[in-house]
Amino acid sequence: MKKFLIPLAFFVGLVVFLAMGLQRDPREIPSPLVGQAAPAFKLFTLAADDQTFEPKDMHGQVWLLNVWATWCVACREEHPLLVAFSKQHSLPIVGLSYKEVQAQDEPPGAKMSPQEKRLLARQRSEKWLRTRGNPYVLTALDLDGRVGIDYGVYGVPETYVIDKQGVIRYKLVGAITPEILSKKILPLVTELEKT
Amino acid sequence: MIPELGHFALILAFWIALAQGVLPLVGASTGHLAWQSIAKPLTALHFGLALLAFLALMWSFVVNDFSVLYVSQHSNSLLPTVYRMAAVWGGHEGSLLLWAFLLALWSVAVAVFSRSLPLAMSARVLGVLGLISTGFLAFILSTSNPFDRLLPAAVDGRDLNPLLQDVGLIIHPPMLYMGYVGFSVAFAFAIAALLSGRLDAAWARWSRPWTLVAWVFMTFGIGLGSWWAYSELGWGGWWFWDPVENASLMPWLFGTALIHALMATEKRGGFKAWTVLLAIGAFSLSLLGTFLVRSGVLTSVHAFASDPRRGVFVLIFLAVVVGSSLTLFAWRAPKVSKGGGMGLISRESFLLANSVLLVVATGAVLLGTIYPLIIDALDLGKLSVGAPYFNAVFVPLLAPLLFLMVPGVAASWKEAQISQLVNRLRWVALGSSVLALGVPALLDSLGQGAWLWSTSLGLFLSSWIVLGSLQHALERLRLPGRIALSYWGMQTAHLGMAVLVVGITMVKGYELERDVRIGIGETVTLRDFTLQLKSMEDADGPNYKALRATLEVSKDQHTIAQLTPEKRRYFSSAMPMTEAAIDSGWMRDLYVSLGDPVEPHPQTGAPRWNLHVYDKPFISWLWAGALLMVLGGLTAALDKRYRRGASRAVQA
Repeated sequence: MKKFLIPLAFFVGLVVFLAMGLQRDPREIPSPLVGQAAPAFKLFTLAADDQTFEPKDMHGQVWLLNVWATWCVACREEHPLLVAFSKQHSLPIVGLSYKEVQAQDEPPGAKMSPQEKRLLARQRSEKWLRTRGNPYVLTALDLDGRVGIDYGVYGVPETYVIDKQGVIRYKLVGAITPEILSKKILPLVTELEKT
Repeated sequence: MIPELGHFALILAFWIALAQGVLPLVGASTGHLAWQSIAKPLTALHFGLALLAFLALMWSFVVNDFSVLYVSQHSNSLLPTVYRMAAVWGGHEGSLLLWAFLLALWSVAVAVFSRSLPLAMSARVLGVLGLISTGFLAFILSTSNPFDRLLPAAVDGRDLNPLLQDVGLIIHPPMLYMGYVGFSVAFAFAIAALLSGRLDAAWARWSRPWTLVAWVFMTFGIGLGSWWAYSELGWGGWWFWDPVENASLMPWLFGTALIHALMATEKRGGFKAWTVLLAIGAFSLSLLGTFLVRSGVLTSVHAFASDPRRGVFVLIFLAVVVGSSLTLFAWRAPKVSKGGGMGLISRESFLLANSVLLVVATGAVLLGTIYPLIIDALDLGKLSVGAPYFNAVFVPLLAPLLFLMVPGVAASWKEAQISQLVNRLRWVALGSSVLALGVPALLDSLGQGAWLWSTSLGLFLSSWIVLGSLQHALERLRLPGRIALSYWGMQTAHLGMAVLVVGITMVKGYELERDVRIGIGETVTLRDFTLQLKSMEDADGPNYKALRATLEVSKDQHTIAQLTPEKRRYFSSAMPMTEAAIDSGWMRDLYVSLGDPVEPHPQTGAPRWNLHVYDKPFISWLWAGALLMVLGGLTAALDKRYRRGASRAVQA
């Protein structure tokens, strides 16, 4: 009798693990960057060519870095949440426009100059923010994606919580959900703002 | 209106399936004949309603009814009609509806073809199928209704994922699902046999053709999926050990073990309990696959929207179905008679070794697939298990399996003489060894690629199977008596396996790949082929813009092919898509995929693009092998013996 119970026992163990697995979010990926200083960069902002942004400009504040692009479908889904959030809270959200102009936007065989790319990126992004609302204090333009590489961006959108000393405290790959915002990000931010 | 009718039909189907699940099973245990005989009409009604629901959804896609949420998410008015029809199973809700519909189709097929079955048996089988249907329909209705309305209606739909706009995708999911769902029939037969306590040769004979047909669909579906990944994803790979692929491989491996074990049970009454366990296992793994894919518990390239309620529902369903059947197994299996004894070396022992190896291989795949989940559940971190693990465990398990295929066929039932086997197979062994060492050495001397031990192993095993099967078939032809169709089916399927192994071995051993930056007029050479980029032009389709490169392939100054890889950008999604161009041949494929434009030529300033070029020797043998297995399985399933045998069993 006993040996015929082995398959059942094995299966029960499997179900326990599957049930535990369901409670987890596979999108929460540990990043080696968490606990490290946010990589430095200097980029033009969406507003104008004479304005640049560096992470150290935010020194002394807790802030969010949100990676987005107009071509990103999931960004469209998370955007209303960010807009609502920015109206209720004073926490600054900095946008990082990631590879807004893609290779196939360029005419076949031709290369756009960096100025032309910035122009196109600004036109598209500003229109997008006008229609959907702008939750960002500013957006930095990472057209060639180099900053994205430094931050280990592997999918847009991504969101980083950075503390007063400029250290990355949390990283989320994928769209923010109301649950992640209220259970993970907000408690963390409140905690960080106390120090 | 039509979507509401579909929804209504689905609700009715749920209640009918519930009746089909409960009444005949109660009738069979109480001996109530009327309740048993109602199983067939209820199954037919259930099928009719499921068909109606399915057609209603397809209709909504064809007429572009964007007031249906699911249609607006997975279709677009620019999408060609044939893709709109295939878009029915392009997302979660529709895939489940397809699942439920196919389950009803299999059930009605059982009802139609089970005239020769005893009434109580067919009532139990249809009852079990009805219960499974009930669970699935409840899942669809409570968490994943494809007929939900979107009011006000969308102006246009979001479009079908461009990756899925391919001929392969039109037929890949239905074929694969036919296989997944088909194992439910073998499962239902096993449960019915356990319930009735009649676990005998007749049970095995009834199960075999159903299992074979399900296995054929599954083999075809997996082969097609692999071919689709190869031609559509643009990475040149054909198997990625992705959780979703593993989810289909596991029931296939179990199904293969089941087919072989059923033979021993039918012919010799051997290891019945083990065979029943395999039948339960094959379907449980189909359900587990559904859970892994549909719950979003694992991330994979087959990204489906995940909803925690769905995961919980499928997990509970899985726990109930598999848990109750394994409990039934633990309760009833000890009473099953042991069957005839078998020698240490006999066809039974080879078949047993075969199924044990397949089960262990399945366990290894299962472990690799859910290991990240276990580690995460135990708070030991996040990790992913990749191809190196699977290759490392799979090859050592499959090599003995392939080796045993030849002595397994050659050995006699009950007791075989090892000296006789050795004597018989020594020339086959010698011939295979010569090929295994000679071919790589020859290719090495021709400068086609260095010798690898894995190449020799693969070539030895495939020639061992081919030569061994050939020898056995020739000897069999010399004996008097008609040869059963199932014998040729088996030989064809085994040959298919050998062909598949040749394909894998040659691709692994001799594949060449180059990644270049190329401008118009420039050339790239790969082995003895020269590819010249002739032109670059726009090639827009109905719902996308594309850039198409035209390459001329020449060998020894002769043009042998023209390849036109594309880079597409679908209007509805920002993801650029790579359409690889493949020049297919029996001995090699030339595979070209177009990358992004890169910086212009430093001197001339001419525009240049990234281009990936692969030479893949014998890769078409992979799919030829799968097709041979499909052909073999079909041939075996068509064997008249099963139908005659079934009616004889009734008279007995």
